[in-house]
Amino acid sequence: MTVPDPARTESSASSPGFFAKLPPALARALISAFGLFAFTLAFTSLMAFTYEMTRDRIQAAIDQQQMLLIGEVLPNLAYDNALLTDVIEAETSNENHVGKIWRARNGSAPVALVFETFAPDGYGGRINLIVSLDNEGRIGGVRVASHHETPGLGDYIDPAKDRKKEAPWIHQFSGADASATRWEVKKDGGNFDYHAGATISARAVTRAVGRAAAWVNARREALFAAPEGSRFSAEQGEGNKQ
Amino acid sequence: MSESRHLRESIRNGLWRQNPGLAQILGLCPILAISTNMVNAVSLGLATVMAMTLSNLVVSGLRRWIAYEIRIPVFILIIAALVTVLDLAFNAYFHSLYLVLGIFIPLITTNCIVLARAEAYAAKNGLLESTVDGIAMGFGLVWVLALLGLLRELIGNGTLFSGIEMVFSGLEPISVFGDAYPGFLLAALPPGAFFILAGLIAAYNAINAHHATRVSPNPPPVQASVPPAA
Repeated sequence: MTVPDPARTESSASSPGFFAKLPPALARALISAFGLFAFTLAFTSLMAFTYEMTRDRIQAAIDQQQMLLIGEVLPNLAYDNALLTDVIEAETSNENHVGKIWRARNGSAPVALVFETFAPDGYGGRINLIVSLDNEGRIGGVRVASHHETPGLGDYIDPAKDRKKEAPWIHQFSGADASATRWEVKKDGGNFDYHAGATISARAVTRAVGRAAAWVNARREALFAAPEGSRFSAEQGEGNKQ
Repeated sequence: MSESRHLRESIRNGLWRQNPGLAQILGLCPILAISTNMVNAVSLGLATVMAMTLSNLVVSGLRRWIAYEIRIPVFILIIAALVTVLDLAFNAYFHSLYLVLGIFIPLITTNCIVLARAEAYAAKNGLLESTVDGIAMGFGLVWVLALLGLLRELIGNGTLFSGIEMVFSGLEPISVFGDAYPGFLLAALPPGAFFILAGLIAAYNAINAHHATRVSPNPPPVQASVPPAA
């Protein structure tokens, strides 16, 4: 693109002091290496500093957003416990991809489970989801917590970006039976619509919801019984499966 | 050349004569991916203006200490660091705006127009000129992106300003051809972006040619100073 500037190249070779005693090529290489090292150090520090400064605020904003989503996936179900603190965490394995699980109860009766899960295979990488499952094993609602799908193409999975405001794509999961539904898009022989030209996003979300819902559904009682704040391990689940 | 004339020249170059989208044809990957509608296109454009202005400012300020041999890795380092800082700052302090613009910010690092301006301009010019150049080149990109997004959205979906409610709550997208419009998917897909961009470049060249023949009998050819790259 640019012609090398002879004046500048010369000047860096004939630096005074320590470097003057070395062969010119070595001196140049050392100066470049130290220069690059110094810049890397300076700008990495800048990034690290910004990360530290913003970490708490970003986490608070994400938490707030999550609480909003939990409210959205629990439609018309009456519960009277402190949902946000009645939480357990599943030990994520490849089989389930389930994270935190919030438990809604009415008195002592279980009402619904709200859980985090993710699709690892979205077009733009991981798609984080919030799903609710009622006590009959039906999906209450699904929301996308965060994603990197192509704007204007695959991002219809997020109802805020979906052009069909009255019936967003993601609403078709509500009411679906966790075990009796074929969790694939119609193209793959399943029950769910997708948008032509952006199948990958829909397929990833559909499979992730199905996989996680089946896992949670099979362990519903054990999940409700687990002590508040505990970690729910995969082995614990196996034991309660039968 | 006097200072103000120099700056006016920078602005004219950015907006028209060396327009990044139409003349330099640089940074096409994000342009073609994001311009499916006008709101997204302008959002990406504005995020690029911020990143390019900052990177030009910093590169110009540090240019005396950047050895010639390692300038490209240092420029990339500076741009990537600034984009990361911008991304984090937006996420923390303007979270609602981040939910709209956030996905575009990391894409800026892949936009080689930012690196091209650091290398071709900011590394050789003063703070003020470089900053003005970053703003002018950025807005040159914004108007081309806006036009491209507008055309793709109009042809592809028959709407205008879809997604505007995310940026300004209360505003509604306009349906130009009504709900019966079947849509023309090609325009919304990447090949459509190439076709429409080609049309815009043709129109741009035609305007320049027309202008040149009218102004002087033997016109200087309007040429991009940088060879095309994606």
